[in-house]
Amino acid sequence: MSTPAIHRSHFFEAANIEDGGMVLHLWGRMDADHSSVLLRELDGFFAEAIPPSLAVELSKVTFLDDFGALVLIELKRLMMRTNGAFRLENPSVEIQQVLKTFQFENLEKEATLPKKKKTGVLVRLGDSAIAHVRDFRYLISFIGAIVLALLYVCRHPRSLRTEDTFSCMQRTGVDALPIVCLISFLLGLIMAFMSSVQLKQFGANIYVASLVSLSMVRELGPIMTAIIVAGRSGSSFAAEIGTMKISEEVDALFTMGFDPTRFLVLPKLIAAVIVVPMLTLFSDVFAILGGLLVGVTMLDLTTSSYMSQTMKTLSSFDILLGLVKSGVFAMLIAWIGCLRGFQVQGGAASVGQATTSAVVSSIFLIILTDSMFSVVLRYW
Amino acid sequence: MVAEFKFFNMGRKAIIQVKDLVAGYGENVILKDISFDVYEGEILVILGGSGCGKSTLLKHLIGLIPPISGQVVIDGKELTDGDEETYQQVLRKIGILYQSGALLGSMSIAENVALPILEYTSLSAAHVATLVTMKLNLVDLGGFENYLPSEISGGMKKRAGLARAMALNPKILFFDEPSAGLDPVTSAELDNLIIHLNKSFGTTMVIVTHELQSIFAVAHRVIMLDKISKGIIAEGDPEYLRDHSRNPFVRRFFNRLPE
Repeated sequence: MSTPAIHRSHFFEAANIEDGGMVLHLWGRMDADHSSVLLRELDGFFAEAIPPSLAVELSKVTFLDDFGALVLIELKRLMMRTNGAFRLENPSVEIQQVLKTFQFENLEKEATLPKKKKTGVLVRLGDSAIAHVRDFRYLISFIGAIVLALLYVCRHPRSLRTEDTFSCMQRTGVDALPIVCLISFLLGLIMAFMSSVQLKQFGANIYVASLVSLSMVRELGPIMTAIIVAGRSGSSFAAEIGTMKISEEVDALFTMGFDPTRFLVLPKLIAAVIVVPMLTLFSDVFAILGGLLVGVTMLDLTTSSYMSQTMKTLSSFDILLGLVKSGVFAMLIAWIGCLRGFQVQGGAASVGQATTSAVVSSIFLIILTDSMFSVVLRYW
Repeated sequence: MVAEFKFFNMGRKAIIQVKDLVAGYGENVILKDISFDVYEGEILVILGGSGCGKSTLLKHLIGLIPPISGQVVIDGKELTDGDEETYQQVLRKIGILYQSGALLGSMSIAENVALPILEYTSLSAAHVATLVTMKLNLVDLGGFENYLPSEISGGMKKRAGLARAMALNPKILFFDEPSAGLDPVTSAELDNLIIHLNKSFGTTMVIVTHELQSIFAVAHRVIMLDKISKGIIAEGDPEYLRDHSRNPFVRRFFNRLPE
């Protein structure tokens, strides 16, 4: 019965039997640790020749889990491919139970991990179009909700959550002050420096003051400040409201009879509209100071000549325009930040997406609105 | 539908009436032709297997989702006719305990419980503070007034949420999976609290859960929903359904038997 073994390794022993078939002796633990090595070795062993029949001797196997069962399934499939016979010999009672749990008998067909079904381009286009329309409708209705809430608060001023508004003003305004001032100062510095290179050639150093003040006060001051606020506060509005949405706090407010727009959005909106223009003023001042530093240290200007040139160039209209723009940008930031927060559905990933979207959408709207301002003022 | 009533509710007023409700999200129908009443002062449990639509039904009962069709009437006022004023009146009469408490994270527990009281009554801050302490004592959270929700355990969050739901002593309390995530002892304590509140104040309670032990301890009557038929498959006393229901699925559920 026992014929000379034709292969012996650490993991298995194969022997031919009289009818031309083969007996494969396995032993020890057939678990996650051993299975991949065993599969490789068996693969290599059967690569040359596959016997007409295979019996797998399991009496010495002490432990078998699904990783071990995988080895047996692969052997079975191998034999099925060549229409050979396959049987298991002397599995212990425990092993039989284990194999029954995994429905060993049914696992003959090759299994593949289901690939993600890719829908056609047209379907995805349609889906996306519908989603955008729905998003647009929600956008507009949210603006309506904010307007209604504002009107309500005008008629019932005590319904506004003033404590929340003040704390938001602190977080959006006061806490942003250092970074706004620093960035504006550096911007003013850079602008003065870069322009001075050209203006020096014409002996027109003094016009650095005009250039820095006008461009910062009318355009870059409001834009940079708004972008910083969008990054700091727009994202935080979205994250805060988004997290409240997934922990059902928004539902709880609604079913307690509170209007989530009035409760959550208005304090943020009003706070932003008040502090962002103030931040812009600081931004203007520090930008001019940055230009002043360059002017005095590198361009042989005096402080008084720089400042008087600045005053000459700037009109009150420029400053007012900058402030009005800031106010509009602030409204956009609060609107989009809160909107994306309310649109959160699901879990943490959705909150992350909403936060990113709030910042990106804010920046886009800020630049778009600024262009519209420029066009309107040009032709007015 | 098998109807097995006890005479408990004979002569009592129906405080919630659901008529031919079709519930779902958008075009997705989860429940069809749901009709049932909730009687004043009873503890009704809505239960069923996973995905049967019990949370969806609860959201429709409290007005968070408008029904696809059908009516929900609470204390004589129709929730579903779209009138904002009516809805606000109904909200004054109900309180909801959400699954994880849904406390506002930026406020302390006392501020959370005080929120509805300050909004809807003209009591002074000092009076409200006393009321809040009483309500927190009722749920055994006395002394935790100034803690933030993030600083207390899950069980305590639920009790704080319950105190807030009861802030205005509503006629009806809704519970969304009150035992979810609680250890057996805390869960049993919450059950006892529910029974105590119901006995002391006569508050009607509608509980969505599938915790069998709580159901047997607390429910006066249950309604069982089914995912496949998208409707109610059983109604009545839970112990009676466990022992005598003609529906094998219902018996398996109450006896905790696998398929």
